[in-house]
Amino acid sequence: MSVFAFSSLLFFASIAAGLLGAMTGLGGGVVIVPVLALLFKVDIRYAIGASLVSVIATSSGAAIAYVREGLSNIRVGMFLEVATTLGALLGAYLTAKISGHWIAVIFGVVLLYSAVSSFRSNVDHLVAVQPGTLASKLELTGRYTSADGTRIYSAERVPLGFGIMFIAGTLSGLLGIGSGAVKVLAMDQVMKLPFKVSTTTSNFMIGVTAAASAGIYLSRGYIDPTIALSVMLGVLCGSLLGTRVLVKARVSMLKQIFAVVVVVLGCEMIYSGITGRI
Amino acid sequence: MRRPTDHELELSVAGMLRFGVTAAAIVSIFGGLLYLRQPHLPITRYETFRAGGPGLRTLAGIWHGMVHLDPKSIIQFGLVLLIATPVARVVFCVIGFARQKDRLYVVVSCMVLMVLLYSLSSGVR
Repeated sequence: MSVFAFSSLLFFASIAAGLLGAMTGLGGGVVIVPVLALLFKVDIRYAIGASLVSVIATSSGAAIAYVREGLSNIRVGMFLEVATTLGALLGAYLTAKISGHWIAVIFGVVLLYSAVSSFRSNVDHLVAVQPGTLASKLELTGRYTSADGTRIYSAERVPLGFGIMFIAGTLSGLLGIGSGAVKVLAMDQVMKLPFKVSTTTSNFMIGVTAAASAGIYLSRGYIDPTIALSVMLGVLCGSLLGTRVLVKARVSMLKQIFAVVVVVLGCEMIYSGITGRI
Repeated sequence: MRRPTDHELELSVAGMLRFGVTAAAIVSIFGGLLYLRQPHLPITRYETFRAGGPGLRTLAGIWHGMVHLDPKSIIQFGLVLLIATPVARVVFCVIGFARQKDRLYVVVSCMVLMVLLYSLSSGVR
């Protein structure tokens, strides 16, 4: 296949991946890596390198929309980024040590988890600020305005949340994804932060986490300019488009169909990893 | 000087992010167009991983290629700009927290910055 045709196909596939990622709320990275590895037969190291670049673009590009909502919490984000960036260094280090088969299997498991987690109902339990706790010492508190009025919230179980964030960072560095699903798990389920605060803060953190492994990826040659450019532009266009569509319509039916697609991709990744096709 | 609120801090950060992504996209698209305009495009195979030379893996190599208008190096430079955007975001936060006189968070964001610079320095060596 000519380079032009290959790049164009890659671009359109990436738009689809970005759309799917935005609609399911999983991010474009988890979709594009299996597409590159399974459909385009690209080596998984090129795939995760291109994906990581697209993750930085999407996270930074979406930030402007999230800031207008004013829900993200920069202190919570910055504090937890200490964990995610350190995890990302470990993850990027591990990619060179673990074989591609194992990366594919781990990737599949993360895909399955992400698909399941996108169906979790989000009920907010706001925790009141208690002076003297670790959360208040670390200023992990904030104000949350919803239809019910403005309320003050505080983080809970900070050390456990920090630990899960380290794992989220490791997965991000190992698989070239934003691992937004694990980040939201840590903030929403463990630290009991309001769901909207968790998702918007997670978006902010994804770019910084990805940048921590991107330098290592670059020096190892995982970032091939031609693949990464097509993928980055495609995923960015797709996810910006997807966010617009998502704002306009509640698409729970579409979301279910997409989640099934993600489950299929996850099973295929695990199967290909075990049988040694990736 | 008045201390900026968290929301003002975030707005300035978001503006910077948009600038970074736009600049990165323009540079790398320019490189991409140059790349596709070449008369004899090399057929590259991506099924098997080859790390490649230092030309596209180190900042010095990328810069050297940029100066000689090598299309791949220009694309890669755009991608480096993109990677640098979140790093600049953390620098913005360090300054913002300093202006808010929040010493704890100046330290926290400096820690994040150090991890990022450590990772990027692996591309310099």
